[in-house]
Amino acid sequence: MAVVGKAVKRKEDPRLITGEARYLEDIKLPGMTHIAILRSPHAHANIVSINSERAAAVPGVIGVFTGQDFMDVNPLPCPWPAGGVDNNLNTPRALEVEKVTHVGAGVAVVVAEDRATAQDAVELVDVEWEVLPAVTDAEEATFDGAPQLHENAPNNVCMEWDCGDQSGTDAALGSSDVVVKQRLRNQRLIPTPMETRGCIAQHEAVNGEYTIWMTSQAPHVHRLLFTAFIFGVPENKVRVISPQIGGGFGAKIFMYPEYVLTTALSKKVGRPVKWVETRSENYIATTHGRDHVTDVEVGANRDGTITGLKVRTYANLGGTLSTVAPGIPTTLYGRMLSGAYKLPNIYCHVTGVYTNTGMVDAYRGAGRPEATYVVERAVDLVASELGMDPVEVRRKNFVPADSFPYEPSGNLLNGLSYDSGNYDKALDMALEMTGYEDFRAEQAAARAEGRYLGIGLSTYIEICGIAPSAWMFGEGWGAALWESANVRMHITGDVVVTSGSQSHGQGHETSIAQLVADELGVSMDQVHVQHSDTLGTPFGYGTYGSRSTAVGGVAVWRSLQRIKEKARAIAAHEFEANVDDVEYVVNDEGVGVVQVKGSPDQSKVVGEFMGIATSAAGGWDLPGDMEPFLDETAYYDPPDCTYPFGTHICIVEVDAETGNVGIKRYIAVDDVGKVINPMIVDGQVHGGIAQGVAQALWEGAQYDENGQLVSGSMMDYAIPRADLLPSFELGRTETPSPNNPLGVKGAGETGTIAATPAVVNAVVDALSHLNVRHIDMPLTPSRVWETIQSRSNGGNS
Amino acid sequence: MKISVNVNGSAQENDVEARTLLVNYLRDELGLTGTKIGCDTSQCGACTVHMDGKALKSCTCLAVQADGCDITTIEGLAQNGDLHPMQQSFWDNHGLQCGFCTPGMIMTTTALLADNPNPDEDEIRHGLEGNLCRCTGYHNIVKAVAAVAQAGGD
Repeated sequence: MAVVGKAVKRKEDPRLITGEARYLEDIKLPGMTHIAILRSPHAHANIVSINSERAAAVPGVIGVFTGQDFMDVNPLPCPWPAGGVDNNLNTPRALEVEKVTHVGAGVAVVVAEDRATAQDAVELVDVEWEVLPAVTDAEEATFDGAPQLHENAPNNVCMEWDCGDQSGTDAALGSSDVVVKQRLRNQRLIPTPMETRGCIAQHEAVNGEYTIWMTSQAPHVHRLLFTAFIFGVPENKVRVISPQIGGGFGAKIFMYPEYVLTTALSKKVGRPVKWVETRSENYIATTHGRDHVTDVEVGANRDGTITGLKVRTYANLGGTLSTVAPGIPTTLYGRMLSGAYKLPNIYCHVTGVYTNTGMVDAYRGAGRPEATYVVERAVDLVASELGMDPVEVRRKNFVPADSFPYEPSGNLLNGLSYDSGNYDKALDMALEMTGYEDFRAEQAAARAEGRYLGIGLSTYIEICGIAPSAWMFGEGWGAALWESANVRMHITGDVVVTSGSQSHGQGHETSIAQLVADELGVSMDQVHVQHSDTLGTPFGYGTYGSRSTAVGGVAVWRSLQRIKEKARAIAAHEFEANVDDVEYVVNDEGVGVVQVKGSPDQSKVVGEFMGIATSAAGGWDLPGDMEPFLDETAYYDPPDCTYPFGTHICIVEVDAETGNVGIKRYIAVDDVGKVINPMIVDGQVHGGIAQGVAQALWEGAQYDENGQLVSGSMMDYAIPRADLLPSFELGRTETPSPNNPLGVKGAGETGTIAATPAVVNAVVDALSHLNVRHIDMPLTPSRVWETIQSRSNGGNS
Repeated sequence: MKISVNVNGSAQENDVEARTLLVNYLRDELGLTGTKIGCDTSQCGACTVHMDGKALKSCTCLAVQADGCDITTIEGLAQNGDLHPMQQSFWDNHGLQCGFCTPGMIMTTTALLADNPNPDEDEIRHGLEGNLCRCTGYHNIVKAVAAVAQAGGD
């Protein structure tokens, strides 16, 4: 009974639906202390003095500390200085010492017996500030005369980066029949996982060991950063545990000042220290995503062939750099700008800029949604300019199904190639599900009645399963990106998998177990997937970039092959047969047996007590010098990334009177390669679509001119509610990736990457008869209404 | 201040500070950590419990206001080891991913069906307005609730 490919219910759910799961906030340690952090109310200011006397005098306060108390702790590292610039990397410290460059930067901390006392006391810390002028827009920050954040970054430029073929693209644009230019703003988003961040640290003075519970998508990476970069202690002195995690969407990948502060304090006060972020802190102190200003020029010939794409982007990185901030708007953005299309000429130039805003780093999709937005808007702009159907322009330029592996022009992917695809097939399925032709007729009829219906497409690709370590090293990433896994079959036949990847809602305990159950021929109940504790799991780079199955899953698969080899060798010894004559098969009942080929009567179950599992674990009678136990570890470093693709189609109705956009239907056909659990994959797509739609229509971080975040709570930042979204209509094609033995590609980010341009294209389509060519996100009612009003008065845009 | 509260069928007598919120009383005093805190502005609904049978965001209520009331939390929903139909349906329909909003979602939707045993999709979606989920896009939550309604609720 194969389970791969089936909608198996999740193994992790019983603890989650009964309230038994232990998230960080639910953990209490004996003698635990609590902290409150004094954060800068100013976006740009010098710290003149800090007086903590009044706070220190509050009963229950254990200590008050400032940045000067942590000068022995290194600043946070930025291990991905993309763009080759590393002499102007400005990263946060546990607490800032001389100046702050964004609202929310920590400058003092109170440690107290309970949280309420810490919060009361922190309000009594007196700080004298010298407030400086602020700048929040990335492009404006580069202008002469703009406020300067860091001495080592003139004009606030962190890095300049480019990719593709500049002269070829310029020449192509110069000789194209048409060239369309458009400025696109990809607004700043706030990830907002339902669980905020937190950290509990315990230091044992007797051996100098730290145990750190933290909201981490990548516990091994956090340990690496703590040990090698921040505290300068060996790995065995730090254990990182990521308990049940309430969503991350990228924001929990990174090292943050609060984690360093909490950990350092646990040593200082000699007791466990707990910090849990409030939602208000989460908005100002956890990383944001996106925030690009882009000028795009796209050239095309009259027949719809796109001749060139030129992209100039200012990427806002915030006041200081988060862990992998420079890598997101460069490698993960520029290298994806060919989209699903065979574009002969592409050039992209990115300027990464410091501004007086919160740190910007990976948020679900991370660079790829920004690239897809540029490409999919550009294709629609071409269609609009040429008076062609957007479907036709897409088909005209698709990478043909017989062209894989496909290497985008101008060495855009720096040596990598799209693995496999059939873009027309996914498009055909989506158009069929939509009833595209019928919709166009309905749209025309509605317009005649004064109703504005629109349809938008997004025929996206993405880069998942990141990434070959050597390639990433060439991109400036200062580590590797392989994964590892250990598989042990115990004496009873139960299987324990330990993995370096981390699940914060993705369902690894189920999908990895499905893989193991089928491969070894054991039941789902016999497989136990353990992760998220650096003590007891092999090293892994963590969960992001839709890589857990495409990289981590393959490491598991490799371990399973070694287990099977060893089981065969043990069976051959017991059967007194040649090992080449013994096969490992999973029978019709789903039970894994080793048997002599052609003699099924000479067979033995592997995964049961007194089966091969017991022979191996007992070790009484093993062949030659074989070591006991079925226990294998494997590493996997992928040869290339994986490239999911698909077509998303959104149908909207724009209320002509109010500008409100209602989503009437949302159709998504995704090809994520082979699917292990379709229920889990669909769930990933649903959630991704919701976030992508939300960027198009509602979400956006707003800073005022002084650098105050005015969208700093759930009252002000528009997380989508259930009543704003429809049920989604999903389809799937399945084109295996040839780049890994599982044929998987990755499913965690498709929805977010695809949805945003589909929705914007739909709204622009709804208003196309008013000569609307583009509206910047989010397409709030007021913005859409203003656009309708200006067009109705004869304007253009 | 002394309060007497019946929590998940068990009588509790506690001395609480006047400023203690019901959610902190449940989590910190009684150790019922299934009820979650996801915001500080009463938007997210992760802290939803039942007070005298009605859904309530337990961050909007002082512990002292619960004096003399019956409170049910996510821990009190399953009876004798059998999952409540709504818990089962969330499991069956993949109505959760990270699980953080799930206790609040389940408490809200059980109360929703008590008020309206046969909601259509629109009514379910409006019933979920006070609970935020960032993982599921609500698709499978709506499906889970509809499935319980279709089966005749509890």
